[in-house]
Amino acid sequence: MSDIILEAKKITKYFHDPLTVQVLKEISFSINRSEFVSVIGKSGCGKSTLLYILSTMDTDYEGELFIDGMAMRNRKEAELAKVRNEKIGFVFQFHYLLNEFSVLKNVMLPGLKLGKYSEKEVEHRAMEKLKILGIDNEALKNPNQLSGGQKQRVAIARALINDPLIIMGDEPTGNLDKKNSEIVFNIFQELASEYHQSLLIVTHDNEFAAKTKRIIEMEDGNIIRM
Amino acid sequence: MNVKLIVDVSRSLLLARWKQTLVAAIGVTFGITMFITLLSFMSGLNDMLDGLILNRTPHIRLYNEIQASEQQPVDLYPAYKKHHNFVRSIKPKDELLQIHNSAPIIDALKKDSRVFGVAPKITAQVFYNVGSIDLTGVINGIDVEEENRLFFFSTYVTSGNYIDLKNTPNSIVLGKGAAEKMMAAIGDIIQVTTSKGERFQLKVVGYFQSGISEIDKVQSYANLNTAQKLLGESTGYITDIQVKLNDILQAPNMAKEYHDKFNIEAIDIQTANSQFETGSSVRTLISYAVGVTLLIVAGFGIYNILNMMIYEKMDSIAILKATGFSGSDVNKIFITIALSIGIFGGALGLLFGFGLSALIDQIPFNTASLPTVKTYPINYNPRFYMIGGIFSLVTTYMAGYFPSRKASKIDPVVIIRGK
Ligand SMILES: Nc1ncnc2c1ncn2[C@@H]1O[C@H](COP(=O)(O)OP(=O)(O)OP(=O)(O)O)[C@@H](O)[C@H]1O
Ligand SMILES: [Mg+2]
Repeated sequence: MSDIILEAKKITKYFHDPLTVQVLKEISFSINRSEFVSVIGKSGCGKSTLLYILSTMDTDYEGELFIDGMAMRNRKEAELAKVRNEKIGFVFQFHYLLNEFSVLKNVMLPGLKLGKYSEKEVEHRAMEKLKILGIDNEALKNPNQLSGGQKQRVAIARALINDPLIIMGDEPTGNLDKKNSEIVFNIFQELASEYHQSLLIVTHDNEFAAKTKRIIEMEDGNIIRM
Repeated sequence: MNVKLIVDVSRSLLLARWKQTLVAAIGVTFGITMFITLLSFMSGLNDMLDGLILNRTPHIRLYNEIQASEQQPVDLYPAYKKHHNFVRSIKPKDELLQIHNSAPIIDALKKDSRVFGVAPKITAQVFYNVGSIDLTGVINGIDVEEENRLFFFSTYVTSGNYIDLKNTPNSIVLGKGAAEKMMAAIGDIIQVTTSKGERFQLKVVGYFQSGISEIDKVQSYANLNTAQKLLGESTGYITDIQVKLNDILQAPNMAKEYHDKFNIEAIDIQTANSQFETGSSVRTLISYAVGVTLLIVAGFGIYNILNMMIYEKMDSIAILKATGFSGSDVNKIFITIALSIGIFGGALGLLFGFGLSALIDQIPFNTASLPTVKTYPINYNPRFYMIGGIFSLVTTYMAGYFPSRKASKIDPVVIIRGK
């Protein structure tokens, strides 16, 4: 069993509107199991674009992407949805919780979709994840009754519910103050060291990046350090 | 993908904006309510108008027509077989209107399992004598009880008791219009002149009001015996045999059959009243068209609301997709939303439609030409409810189809990047 869980081979991305611009230029790298990686680089260098491709949400690219040894190119939308559900936990800059559901239900939804456990078990697991993140007291609240930091922790709990292969985050602390950023970072750190969770986090916060094991630095669609 | 989760998510999305949901459902409810009410009412009216004619018209009428003899004596003579013959010495016979062997024919008809009932009838041309003026008229000699059973005779006798016609010798039920012209009250004796010039005195026992005033000015009713006496005929004399069938649609075929079997003229109701049939089917068509239009309008309402809902829920859809829901899951969720609105709104619509029709059924409706109708007529045909129910589901499904497809195609990257 290889330790590589995610591999990018010569990923190239163009945007055609309004002009054809190459945003990613033959990006190749790989991530090993239980690695905590941060991605940094100037604004507009293509970090988010790369992350959307790696998370299988953007399928319009050239090159090869392997997740857990499986090629992601030319797969059907439903198959990719399944990969996202099972293997990838995503944390956005904005928390993107569903206000129609309680905090607990938000965390449970991807688990229910996976259908691996019964509803009771999913609920139990969701409570455990909320406990790890220290917000189990807020489980029955509505997302819009929480603070920004709390919401981001709910989003992380949701990303964890199916025990994903890797958690990806696009500036998950970008919208938080110093204190909350630290809390979130410590959570990531704890997930990496105690639960051997692999993480790939895009950030602007160099302090944050410096504390991670590995930093990938991008510039103009190229990787200049990894 | 499990159904429970789809339903669960749909319900949460629906209830999160319950006011909007309610508006959409009310649109469907209104459409279905109006559809049911309109159709019940219009087809009630239609049935009533049809009834004006159909209730009183036999499904098949057997009669003889005065026709020239098909063969003149000269035709029978072999020497002139190949010649053009123009000598027509034989005129139609006087008694041709009579149905011969009427008793065995009636017996045979009564044994036919397709026949609901048989009523003999005599039509006699007369003049009603009013002072020195004679009014033309027709007296129908009827078997009072059979006529009532098959053609609801009693409902058209607005004054007096119809059964007196059977029990009182030489009695007459006068057409309302004729009675007014003659100023004849119930119990009065009137005088008529038969086509042969004989005068008869008849006792008025009631008024007849069909709803069609032209008929009421001319037609009157007597029992069979009285009519036979008027015409100076024996008791076997009958000019018409009226047949009512179990299934009206069989009338044309059976008329042909009887024509061949009994060697007699037979006309079915469809042929006799073809213009009437057309009118009634056009009216039905119009009411369906209006009903369906209402439902389509309601469908557009749902379409708009679902479309709006999708724009509002873009973020939620993007998130569902980012966390592993596929396009077809999202599609199912929105179809479920649309169908729930359809089922809920449609069921309420059927209920309200029934209520509203029942209400209209209570509104008094009196008109001189329709003596039997007291309230607005309603037809509670279960078929309308079935069509309404099915149509509400179909329109909501269609209304949900395009917005759902759009939702399923939303690219999560575009939404997430857009923030
Ligand atoms: N939909 C699009 N159409 C055309 N160009 C785009 C589109 N989205 C992004 N770009 C361009 O692609 C480049 C990379 O964008 P991307 O969002 O990946 O940057 P980033 O590294 O995440 O920046 P930031 O740190 O500010 O988030 C930018 O120059 C941007 O203008
Ligand atoms: Mg970015």
